[in-house]
Amino acid sequence: MTPWERATLALRLLAADPAGLGGLWLRARSGPVRDRFVAGLEALPLPVRKIHTGIADEQLYGGVDLSATLGAGKVVWQSGLLARPAAIVLPMAERCSPGLAARLALALEEGQGHCLVALDEGAEPDEALPHALAERLALHLDLDAVAYGETVPLSIEIPRVPPDVASVRAPDSAVRDLTAIALRLGIDSLRPPLFALRAAKAHAALDGRPEVTTDDLGRAAALVLGPRATQAPEAAGEPDDAPPPPPSEPPDAPEDSSDAQGEDDLRLPEEILLEAAAATLPRDLLERLAAGRAACTQAGTSGTGAGKKGNRRGRPLPSRPGKLDGESHVDMIATLRAAAPWQPVRRVQAKGRATGAQRLHVRPPDIRTKRYQEQSDRLLIFVVDASGSAAMTRLAEAKGAVELLLGEAYARRDHVALVAFRGEGAEVLLPPTRSLVQTKRRLAALPGGGGTPLAAGLKAALDLARTAQGRGMTPTVAVLTDGRANIALDGSANRAAAAADATQLARAIRGLGLPGLVIDVSPRPQPALKTLAAEMSAPYLALPRADAKRLSTAVAASLDA
Amino acid sequence: MTDQTPVTAAPSRAVSTRPAPFPFSAIVGQEEMKQAMILTAIDPKIGGVLVFGDRGTGKSTAVRALAALLPEIEAVEGCPVNAPSEHDIPDWAEVEARQIVRKPTPVVDLPLGVTEDRVVGALDIEKALSRGEKAFEPGLLARANRGYLYIDEVNLLEDHIVDLLLDVAQSGENVVEREGLSIRHPARFVLVGSGNPEEGELRPQLLDRFGLSVEVASPTDIDERIEVIRRRDAYETDPAAFLDRWAPEDATLRASIVAGKGRIGALEVPDDTLRACAELCVALGADGLRGELTLLRAARALAAYEGVETVGIAEVRAVAPSALRHRLRRDPLDEAGSTARVLRVIDEVLGAA
Repeated sequence: MTPWERATLALRLLAADPAGLGGLWLRARSGPVRDRFVAGLEALPLPVRKIHTGIADEQLYGGVDLSATLGAGKVVWQSGLLARPAAIVLPMAERCSPGLAARLALALEEGQGHCLVALDEGAEPDEALPHALAERLALHLDLDAVAYGETVPLSIEIPRVPPDVASVRAPDSAVRDLTAIALRLGIDSLRPPLFALRAAKAHAALDGRPEVTTDDLGRAAALVLGPRATQAPEAAGEPDDAPPPPPSEPPDAPEDSSDAQGEDDLRLPEEILLEAAAATLPRDLLERLAAGRAACTQAGTSGTGAGKKGNRRGRPLPSRPGKLDGESHVDMIATLRAAAPWQPVRRVQAKGRATGAQRLHVRPPDIRTKRYQEQSDRLLIFVVDASGSAAMTRLAEAKGAVELLLGEAYARRDHVALVAFRGEGAEVLLPPTRSLVQTKRRLAALPGGGGTPLAAGLKAALDLARTAQGRGMTPTVAVLTDGRANIALDGSANRAAAAADATQLARAIRGLGLPGLVIDVSPRPQPALKTLAAEMSAPYLALPRADAKRLSTAVAASLDA
Repeated sequence: MTDQTPVTAAPSRAVSTRPAPFPFSAIVGQEEMKQAMILTAIDPKIGGVLVFGDRGTGKSTAVRALAALLPEIEAVEGCPVNAPSEHDIPDWAEVEARQIVRKPTPVVDLPLGVTEDRVVGALDIEKALSRGEKAFEPGLLARANRGYLYIDEVNLLEDHIVDLLLDVAQSGENVVEREGLSIRHPARFVLVGSGNPEEGELRPQLLDRFGLSVEVASPTDIDERIEVIRRRDAYETDPAAFLDRWAPEDATLRASIVAGKGRIGALEVPDDTLRACAELCVALGADGLRGELTLLRAARALAAYEGVETVGIAEVRAVAPSALRHRLRRDPLDEAGSTARVLRVIDEVLGAA
């Protein structure tokens, strides 16, 4: 199957059983290929409803249409998108907030017949549909690598009678094979094998077969299980370094198998299914494996940017005309004040209508909504290497850079904290503070010498950052070091353990979603530090010849980015 | 039992028929999670369950199944806070009917990204603007009173909502002071949270509020996995037949829960058991005394469920991991999690099983 054939098949399956399969996750940049695919969505047996990632609850669930209510003088209800089964199309799905993802996931799970088509335009692996939602969509497609020339217009015949997917029987061996394959592909969740089974049934139903065959299972595995793989299946039997073989069509054509009816037909070797699935392994699987565990610790980021925390509290701003969207607070007083001058006029107008009992006449344009502004304080945590090796060369410069940054931080009212590590452990020299004088004094007194317990430094920074987050600050961790971690967390001088500890802590920092920065101040750039920065998903700056001024510009630029 | 489905957060006025949830007793494995949920059903004072684990392990299935399993409660018809009797109805509620009806235990979903108004309730803007009346529109906390509040992805919940929940969970009362309203109503509910720890940690304060904490993982045993898929497939293919097949088991379970609820008041707690609870908590260095209390309550609920006379060491041992796992001081490097530590200490203090 070419990717386009696979896409076609996926759409046919979805059209056959939209609710059972939950939906489709399409990863493709906006372009003619995607447009061609989206045009095919009309084949779905449900009304297609397009939503955007900022959709309000009122639109999803319905409720009182306040604007219409005020205009008409009686309660007007509006029904939400989710009230009737629909094929919901979500463009820019990579920007879907966890909140919306949770609502949609709930809607899919309640089994009211919805199906979701998520159009994901994420460019980076980090930018993707939230896991909670991707998990609940059976079909995953990636059309990024497909050229327009390879595509043909989708023509999906809509069967007059919807295929009866639920009555297709699946032999027990099918359940067993799909489960086993999912496990071998490193798929932990139990939803994918279930979806694969459902997809196989849909495929059988499309072909009018009462029972699932090898062919159905193979195609279902390719569409559902392959793209979810987190590990390449270890070849059972022959060692296989060659790229996975092209999708092997199961040997027997569907007609034959239904004729033969033999038990052997369905005792299909698991390998065939596995090969079918292997053909659709994610393209960058190896890269992701190399980068650590595949697709984990996204820390809930999905390209939505840092959450605008507390935009419903904080310093009040003047209220302004707004819409009743169910999200914003209505400023009652301001609304009434806006409505007040019009009361006599409106009362006269209302005379003709039957709403005489209405004492107060408020119209939609009177609505004022409250606005709040809350600035979350930023906390810069400096983790400074004061070990012997660093002290020799760069400690003075590092100190200078920190001081310069402090000046800037002071101007922006940021908080700073200072962690130094040397000898056998790390020390919080300065808990989060805004006091510049104090910081300078502590920094100047910072002695150097001893080993490089990088892990201990990171741990101290991590603890600080956690506490700070709890207090509503936004911490950033800046590590200044010359690399060679040689003291492990337990204080022993063990290079391997030290490096392992540092890596683990770097991951923990990334897990918290903390922005960071690793500055290499050693005379020659250290590859180990570059790896560490990658683990933290922090930018890496090698500044072998940097003076304090350049260091500070670089840090400021990188933090503002 | 089709009416015993969880209530969603949204004000879905359109009544829709939802399929009956997957039966609780048909959930394969995950014994600890099932046990924890049954225990909170017997004694709601245990204070909720936190289920942490991978995706696709049946967390949400179990919560929704629990809704169908719980015994019904008696409440005044139409009361927004499910008041048990007439004089418990808050004065702001305009309840016309005064008769007591039986209704399913409420299980309210609190979705991520929910606004503060929806949770605590707010001024009813529709009434305020169209009729000029100052009325209160109750929120999710009111609806969850005497029932369950389920938060999926609880670790991603926004901080200010978490603060609200903490406050209410502790006091059992929701106080609303906003927009000229001054309203209070009871809000006693069992918190059930689920989440995936890889996506973010839970604040220690909230962690501590959950009585029991359970870790779930996908089964690694291939036969168990196959059984899960098989049952789920059977349920989706023919829900009615599947529900019929499991109805007797669910009924037995419900009967045991009701029986356990009846027995729990009469149970004795010997001093030895109390001492064992305290020793366990001291040995683990659990903060505060909430650990002991929860451990004791959970052990008592288990004893009531099993129908034994006294709360013995065996019950304490069985519930200790769930009750204490999340109360240890955290170590960011401890990837094995605290389960191993708890089990080790249990063996040390209570003697190897």
